[in-house]
Amino acid sequence: MTIATMLAKRIIPCLDVKDGRTVKGVNFVDLRDAGDPVELAWNYSRQGADELVFLDITATHERRKTMVELVKSVARQISIPFTIGGGINEIADADALLNAGADKISINSAAVRNPALIDELAKAFGVQFVIVAVDTRFNDGKNIVHLNGGRIPTEKETLNWIKEAESRGAGEILLTSMDHDGTKAGFDNGLLKTVNDAVNIPVIASGGAGAVEHFVDVFERTNVDAALAASVFHYGEILIPDLKGILQNKGIEVRLN
Amino acid sequence: METIVHIPNLSLGNTLSVVNMINRLGGEVIIAATPDELSSAKKIILPGVGAFDVGMRELKDLGWIDVLNKLVLEQNVPILGICLGMQFFFEDSEEGVLPGLGWIPGRLKRFVSTEENPIKIPHMGWNAIHVHQPDSIIPVMNEEELRYYFVHSYHAICGDINDLVATAHHGYDVTAAVQRNNIYGVQFHPEKSHSFGMALLKNFLSV
Repeated sequence: MTIATMLAKRIIPCLDVKDGRTVKGVNFVDLRDAGDPVELAWNYSRQGADELVFLDITATHERRKTMVELVKSVARQISIPFTIGGGINEIADADALLNAGADKISINSAAVRNPALIDELAKAFGVQFVIVAVDTRFNDGKNIVHLNGGRIPTEKETLNWIKEAESRGAGEILLTSMDHDGTKAGFDNGLLKTVNDAVNIPVIASGGAGAVEHFVDVFERTNVDAALAASVFHYGEILIPDLKGILQNKGIEVRLN
Repeated sequence: METIVHIPNLSLGNTLSVVNMINRLGGEVIIAATPDELSSAKKIILPGVGAFDVGMRELKDLGWIDVLNKLVLEQNVPILGICLGMQFFFEDSEEGVLPGLGWIPGRLKRFVSTEENPIKIPHMGWNAIHVHQPDSIIPVMNEEELRYYFVHSYHAICGDINDLVATAHHGYDVTAAVQRNNIYGVQFHPEKSHSFGMALLKNFLSV
């Protein structure tokens, strides 16, 4: 057995939360209930998940209150880092989540509409607190940033936007390929490699995980820092201890419990 | 064995995770709202995330430094600094202009990524640590399995090698844990490091 000498590649289950329940849709529509988020979080923590992301897709005005309560419950139950994303538009939103026990926040549309929000959040809470999530889709020969779960194209070219986010103070990039999301055909390794080589901050791959080999591929081919998935974990199609065992056999550095 | 831990109430983030874990270990946490409320502490944890100067200014302006010096340096009260909390123990940091508490010789330096040795900054994620001193609060386990959650852009360089308890490798070896008498510091987050973190905090409660 080799002695571990470097940072482990992270495996991150993502829990889409609506009105306090976990849901996951295929291509962001047709939502199905996949259980209680706190219970899921606790299970993932025990199985060896390295981190968790909760993405709030609630649309009501009560959103912040609901999310703060969820963050408190999760923080009481689990002792691995977790990120909250969805509907964070201002410093006050982020502050409430930090105080409730969140380790990081993820901003997406709000950052595209108001890029200075990245600077403000990084200054107020430190770069380690700020993940910029980017939904990208291939359009007319270019990778373009999309909003609202991939429905609305923007003017921004994906790599340029990611570099801007880094320079403004993003501590990490969560890159979701809308072309791959829900397909279970593998991550967008080409784009992920381009992005990972171009930035100096950690990159999380998202969108397309359907089999253990996809995780092996994304780490071997792109050297990203982490890989995120939802339904393959929620429905038990991939078990985290099995996944990590295979990654380790392939010589990929992982954290084993 | 002192299982009542005081935590100064600073606006430096994520105290709650530390409280939760201490409670799970059967310990009790008292959040000291003022320096006066800290003065009866028998054991202290100083957590922290954020910027060095912001934290040091808060410690200074709200009058925490005198009581901390008295407890830690005169009464030898055990203190555990976590992440930024540990960084305060040193003399100064490249991140800011204010002096640190100066309890441990050395300073904080920003990670450097070069073309020959490119690294991601922040150093973020689960890294293995290498323990250099056998008697510490680092749990004794199979060392290859000992991983902790790190998230930082600045790392400590000890002025006195005897204070260095553990290192982690990110591009090069950096300080992961220090100890100088009753002063304990960890760069990583035991409160976010699952079972290994819990074992470390348990050891601190047993000090």
